Amino acid sequence: MDIYAQNIIDHYKHPRNFGALAGADFKQQELNATCGDDITVFLKFAGNKLKALSFTGQGCAISQAGISILSEELIGKTKKQILVYNFEDIKNIFGVEISARRYNCAMLGLRAVQKALSDSARSK
Amino acid sequence: MIRRNDFPILNKKIKDQSLVYFDNASTAQKSRSVIEAISNFYKNDNANVHRGLNPLADAATKKYEVARSLVADFIGAQKEEIIFTSGATAGINLVARSWGEANLQAGDIVVLSIAEHHANIVPWLQLQEKIGIKLEYIPLKADGSWDLVAAKKLLNKRRVKLLAISQVSNVLGIINPASQLIKLAKQKGIVTLIDAAQSVAHLKIDVKRLGCDFLVFSGHKLGGPTGIGVLYGRQELLLAMPPFMGGGDMISFVDTDSFGVNELPYKFEAGTPNIAGVIGLGAAIKYLEGVGHHNIEIQEQQLTTYFLQKIKKLTAVKILGTAKAKLPIFALTIKGVHPHDAADILGQAGIILRAGHHCAQPLHDYLGAPATLRASLSFYNTKGEIDYFISRLQELIRAFK
Repeated sequence: MDIYAQNIIDHYKHPRNFGALAGADFKQQELNATCGDDITVFLKFAGNKLKALSFTGQGCAISQAGISILSEELIGKTKKQILVYNFEDIKNIFGVEISARRYNCAMLGLRAVQKALSDSARSK
Repeated sequence: MIRRNDFPILNKKIKDQSLVYFDNASTAQKSRSVIEAISNFYKNDNANVHRGLNPLADAATKKYEVARSLVADFIGAQKEEIIFTSGATAGINLVARSWGEANLQAGDIVVLSIAEHHANIVPWLQLQEKIGIKLEYIPLKADGSWDLVAAKKLLNKRRVKLLAISQVSNVLGIINPASQLIKLAKQKGIVTLIDAAQSVAHLKIDVKRLGCDFLVFSGHKLGGPTGIGVLYGRQELLLAMPPFMGGGDMISFVDTDSFGVNELPYKFEAGTPNIAGVIGLGAAIKYLEGVGHHNIEIQEQQLTTYFLQKIKKLTAVKILGTAKAKLPIFALTIKGVHPHDAADILGQAGIILRAGHHCAQPLHDYLGAPATLRASLSFYNTKGEIDYFISRLQELIRAFK
């Protein structure tokens, strides 16, 4: 991670869409056992489109700023669109180089969101 | 004498920055003499030990056994009491499975400290599952040292059979008064195991003076190769213990229906051992003795004092474990900066640190810190490196402010 990645540090200090979401359709927690990163996402859909996405949690800048940045990206997208996001997309959205050792931190938020949707796909 | 140039890797550059190796508690760097001893063995003497009736096997066996004598002298033990293992973890597991399963019963108590490494917790948790032993943990005082009053109370409990503790915590770096508790345990007939994985590279260890029954350490933390370690056991206990792993070298005979057990120390060394590892460990011990324990302790004490002096000025940084008797191992929390970000960013500046719970999750839970940034120094580190670390850390704190 680059110390001068202002975008990351800005989202880390001032996370967007932070907090629990009342009346969420889906809620999913995802943990990084080795380093203690912890994210819970709340998703609310209007029809097929993601209307609101919020999160709570704690952890390193990459994981926490990551889900903050991602929340802005995903709102308005459909379930189908969200489920195809991958590491390449995350790198593009973050706009900084993500080293292999930070892969799990960077992917944590997306993993929570996708897990919420795929679990629901099975149960519904 | 301390010669930094004896360690080839310390001249390495990372992105044009000199390597500042502050992760010695994970593994220490290797001197040229260790690297050459291993390489020479494979170039000139490679053969299996204790088996061949040929000159090459003789040379390999001799080197292997000379290294065992070096280890024995290094910690004040007899040759027969030195069992080569793959590391401290394997040593503790051997004691748990051999001594533990033969001597512990449901309801018996094993006393640990809350600052133990997972390697000295999980094998006992496994015995808790398997035979129903109970674990009790010595708590810590605010400065990170053992609460000795509580420890004595725990040792007074009926059914305490084993005290298994680390001399120095791999997170806090506090040097605990192990011999004091060992003495008390002995009076009560409690068997004692010392995890010397962190202390062995820094402090002179004498098992007779410590008075412990078992002691384990890993070779790589004192400058030897990985994959080799030592279990010291008092002869009387080792003789009474059942063998752990079965295979070659640990037998005196085998027929289709039975086997006989070899004498010590081979009884606990089944299979072809890590011969080059043992020889490398011998070279590492020789190297450390050449530098001199006294010199190492003076240099490391100076580094500890200097580090603490400098870090004190950074108000955003908190040190966990402030007791006076301390090795240069520092667990830090930084206000506003997650340890993983710090380790990642400082790593790009060539400073090698570790972030996380350092295989001591119960300790981190106890201290209420999910993760820490750990800087662990060795005698070959310098005050200049500490200055560089501090200035980069300041820059990092500013960027996150």
